[in-house]
Amino acid sequence: MTVSVRIPTILRTYTGGAAEVSADGATLAEVIESLEKSYPGIAARVLDDTGKLRRFVNVYVNDDDVRFAEGLATATPDGGNVSVIPAVAGGC
Amino acid sequence: MATPTISQTLVPGAFGPAVALSCRECGERYELGPKFACEFCFGPLEVAYEFGTVTREQIAAGPNNIWRYAPLLPVPADVASKPNLNPGFTKLVETRNLGRELGIKNLYVKDDSGNPTHSFKDRVVAIAVEAARNFGFTTLSCSSTGNLAGAVGAAAARAGLRSCVFIPSDLEAGKVVTAAAYGGELVAIEGNYDEVNRFCSELIGDPAGEGWGFVNVNLRPYYGEGSKTLAYEIAEQLGWRLPEQIVIPIASGSQLTKIDKGFRELIKLGLVEDTPYRVFGAQAEGCSPVSAAWKAGHDVIRPVKPDTIAKSLAIGNPADGPYVLDVCKRTGGAVEDVDDVRVVEAIKLLARTEGIFGETAGGVTVGCLKKLVETGQLDPAASTVVLNTGDGLKTLDAIEATTGATATIRPSLESFREAGLA
Repeated sequence: MTVSVRIPTILRTYTGGAAEVSADGATLAEVIESLEKSYPGIAARVLDDTGKLRRFVNVYVNDDDVRFAEGLATATPDGGNVSVIPAVAGGC
Repeated sequence: MATPTISQTLVPGAFGPAVALSCRECGERYELGPKFACEFCFGPLEVAYEFGTVTREQIAAGPNNIWRYAPLLPVPADVASKPNLNPGFTKLVETRNLGRELGIKNLYVKDDSGNPTHSFKDRVVAIAVEAARNFGFTTLSCSSTGNLAGAVGAAAARAGLRSCVFIPSDLEAGKVVTAAAYGGELVAIEGNYDEVNRFCSELIGDPAGEGWGFVNVNLRPYYGEGSKTLAYEIAEQLGWRLPEQIVIPIASGSQLTKIDKGFRELIKLGLVEDTPYRVFGAQAEGCSPVSAAWKAGHDVIRPVKPDTIAKSLAIGNPADGPYVLDVCKRTGGAVEDVDDVRVVEAIKLLARTEGIFGETAGGVTVGCLKKLVETGQLDPAASTVVLNTGDGLKTLDAIEATTGATATIRPSLESFREAGLA
């Protein structure tokens, strides 16, 4: 299962500046593992010490916020898109 | 998000007393720049200051707008001489009738509908415009539920910048027209606010968004500071003292946390006495993720999909939600919510008792104030400030079904009497 992952600006130091990269995995957790193999250190930026998504990271699988789905267990269909976005935006 | 070298070109004093950006989560510090999230933990970046001596007299000698507090904001000392909408110093109305009706002894309404584009957003945008100028941005942008779009459009027009703002496509007509009137580009997106916001976050990381200052994304640390001026004004207008209780609407929660920050700064600088104050947050039931977390005793906010007439507060994934919980807990306040029926009732209550026509967010806040008193959470004997953050003329849709002419009669006394009006 290969998905395309959109990387936010603050994580592009890990991907050599690439805004979009490919990763493998049937779930979001596996996709993050796959990213870590290709770009060591990136997982610790997205996950906290207990392995959960950091509270100021929003992750979308095919436009759906994974917090409305199964979190890290959310399925990542082949050919799908994953977007990682800082949560501290918007509003006032 | 950022051009890494940009801060090196900053003019000395461009950000006044601001010295750095600091992560609210992990404390990591960064040079002042167009950044908003921590590179280590994604936490929100805040402006850190080294304040000089600031006196009440110095403030009182300043202009009758937010720039009287320039020594407490990330703006240059000569900010008042630059083209800006110069918002603020709105009325703090000492209520007679509303307080009596709700049984609250000393109740004040801070009426921010008196700002240039009729909402508190002019305060935050004014600071963001200065930051945009400093960073050399030529386009001003935002994701907005309406009020912000208008504030950005107007401020950009005054400052001579291009504007391009993004809104959900289902906004109230009054918000769309008043935002579009300033001539910038207004883009309606088929989605809710959280989806618009997500789009903006992606645009900012794309070459298409290069040179753009998004007031509530890459300029957010500066922008948010504008809400502190509400705290400064309230304290000054109360005769340099803090209210004992304050009720504030929650959208992303930034405003509530910044008012708290403003009060704490005033205490630290010795401008007010260190007296206890309680902060209460107000949400609409149809978009109440912070209130739900508060009532459940959680410290994590579970996002919701909004469904309320209070569209200016309809942020289902509030960025500052966890910090709102911290502030309300620390100060002994609470977070409450009211349904849309009570929102409409509260808009009318504020209008008929004090002659202030608030928008739906004002209805949420006054509605929650009423509920907080009824449920014994708010002390009716303590001095209390409630915020009206926007103008009812922008959300006529919310009340037009139940508000209109009392009667339509022929131009005769007979007809007047027949209608039971005599």
